[in-house]
Amino acid sequence: MSEQIIDIKELKADIVDGDQILKGLNLKINAGEIHAIMGPNGSGKSTLSKILSGHPAYEITDGAIDFQGKDLVDMEADERANSGLFMAFQYPLEIAGVNNLEFLRMAYNSKQKYLGLEEADPLDFDDLIEEKLSLLNMKSDFLDRNLNEGFSGGEKKKNEILQMLVLNPKLVVLDEIDSGLDVDALRAVAAGINAYKSEGNAVLMITHYQRLLDYVKPDFVHILSGGKIVKSGDSSLALEVEKEGYDLLAA
Amino acid sequence: MQNLPQTEEKTSTDMFASLSSQEYKYGFSTDIETDSFPKGLSEEVIRKISAIKEEPEFMLEFRLKSYEAFKNMVDPDWAKLNIPAIDYQDIIYYSAPKAKPTKESLDEVDPEILKTYEKLGIPIEEQKRLEGIAVDAIFDSVSVANTHKKALAEIGIIFCSISEAIKEHPELVKKYIGSVVPHTDNFFSALNGAVFSDGTFVYIPPNTKCPLELSTNFRINTKGSGQFERTLIVCDDESYVSYLEGCTAPAFDENQLHAAVVELVAKEKSEIKYSTVQNWYAGDENGIGGIYNFVTKRAKCEGKDSKVSWTQVETGSAITWKYPSCILQGDNSIGEFYSVALTNNMQQADTGTKMIHIGKNTKSTIISKGISAGKSSNSYRGLVKVTPNAKGARNYTQCDSMLIGSTNAANTFPYIEVDGKSAKVEHEASTSKISEEQLFYLQQRGINVEDAIGLIISGFCKDVFKELPGEFAAEANQLMSLQLENSVG
Repeated sequence: MSEQIIDIKELKADIVDGDQILKGLNLKINAGEIHAIMGPNGSGKSTLSKILSGHPAYEITDGAIDFQGKDLVDMEADERANSGLFMAFQYPLEIAGVNNLEFLRMAYNSKQKYLGLEEADPLDFDDLIEEKLSLLNMKSDFLDRNLNEGFSGGEKKKNEILQMLVLNPKLVVLDEIDSGLDVDALRAVAAGINAYKSEGNAVLMITHYQRLLDYVKPDFVHILSGGKIVKSGDSSLALEVEKEGYDLLAA
Repeated sequence: MQNLPQTEEKTSTDMFASLSSQEYKYGFSTDIETDSFPKGLSEEVIRKISAIKEEPEFMLEFRLKSYEAFKNMVDPDWAKLNIPAIDYQDIIYYSAPKAKPTKESLDEVDPEILKTYEKLGIPIEEQKRLEGIAVDAIFDSVSVANTHKKALAEIGIIFCSISEAIKEHPELVKKYIGSVVPHTDNFFSALNGAVFSDGTFVYIPPNTKCPLELSTNFRINTKGSGQFERTLIVCDDESYVSYLEGCTAPAFDENQLHAAVVELVAKEKSEIKYSTVQNWYAGDENGIGGIYNFVTKRAKCEGKDSKVSWTQVETGSAITWKYPSCILQGDNSIGEFYSVALTNNMQQADTGTKMIHIGKNTKSTIISKGISAGKSSNSYRGLVKVTPNAKGARNYTQCDSMLIGSTNAANTFPYIEVDGKSAKVEHEASTSKISEEQLFYLQQRGINVEDAIGLIISGFCKDVFKELPGEFAAEANQLMSLQLENSVG
């Protein structure tokens, strides 16, 4: 049996001082697997990604999340990241005046430091990043710009994937990575995900639509509705959703 | 299960709520014997200061007329500054290390003072050799060490304490002192004119590019003493100088007054770059103690095509009140003001610039970045004035404020007076907050909260930091992070 990456048990979570959104969610992901979570608006998809990554506006009220043998619930967001959990944001933030390359190196070295590994100097890091850039079909002037500042929607998503490739996490949570992408950008993003994917890591894609799944084929598809996973299956389930809609499946 | 310290969930308010004061690492005081005057201000005190310094008659006259002006003025009352009444009779106006300071060799400087500078990160010996920076160090009231002086003298550059300049170059001092900031200018400059104890003097002869960054470090050491330094920089025709001042003080629980005057004179086609990293003790998180930093800084771009750039990074002091300004008198002269002012806890800052356009085609640029955390108050106050003669004058002003938390205030007061049709004056302003989403984004990439704030702040200040001389830009960055350390979580 392959290595377990994450095990979510009976997870209940809400917005701090707000409504309960996740109402007993169970999900186990092993290394080498690609999972897709689909669901209608308001089903709790984005909440799940925020809970996993440690957003301060959300809180876990019950249940457990085991991430690589660690209790995720007690970890700060940066510690989760350094332990190998990466979330690609649906709406990546713009940070004025912060050089993209310097930011990438800082993030990379945070992880290296956390793991007790050697930090990369600027020259080593340049080599590391060149290779990733070509994979995404990105020009190097991309690195000279400020972090996401003035980036187009597609550029922002590509930048998320670039960060993912640089940080090489154990588990990637892609929160609607396909939203707002044209076909070319979607292809580049998918190429990045496929290049990252290996037997030692796992992907959790959160999406509304089937179209991303044409490029990145999931091993498992789950339907989230009313804060719970109501149905699981293989990639054919996504096609069913496309045809029948969520209402029928969730019923 | 791992037992991790401080694992409680942080809510958005927690993140910013406990904006506590960072430990001020320069807060120590040095135990040395000092010669201090008793507290209080009188004509007698002024005469004594002048006598101790063996000043020529013109200097004493300048002091006395400044004192006369001072007596007829009242403390300014500022709209956005809450300044407790200052008892000017409760200040020590002169304090000097007892061992007679000497300028010939560092061996003769009190080893305790040298140790202090080492603690401050200014190993004078080291800097002398390695940094290529000439340092003048002002300890309380007197200049204690001045490096590289001889090397500079060989190319005609005078870089010494103002006390020394008064004695050895009286003709230069007499000509320029008070020529930019007259003794009647304002309450604090008049006070400074009466009691200034030391400071730095720089003269760059014509056609000379000063090969070193000149630097002064000011330190207030004695409890209850005020520091009134006077700096005068004259850059003659077609010359260039870059000057940097740094400031620290021990952490005492009573307020100390620092009222400096800086005058710059730029002649034809010359350029002066003046950079400040001000890190005076800011008081504790309840606003007890700290320096009152009431400083008058002004430059006169006297010659055609001259240029003056002020760059300041203001992170310290309980109250900062300063407006480094440019009088753009020569045609085509250029004035620049790049400022970062960071306030935390109970700090108050009211700072900005004045650009007075007199000559034709004069140009000024103002970039101001204000950052407020804790319960602090941070105001930009600036004046752009274009006189009728200043045909073709141009100004560009950009004022950005950033708020960390929600218990502080940022204000922008741009005053624009344009008298003439051909002038072009542009003003842009913005206010932003470090958003929780931005912090979360960076944290999700493995960067801890404090580094994340540091990164956002340094991005915000980038346009100003890039104006600082090389190594000081990195220092300023560190200083900002230090100042905001423990300000979250």
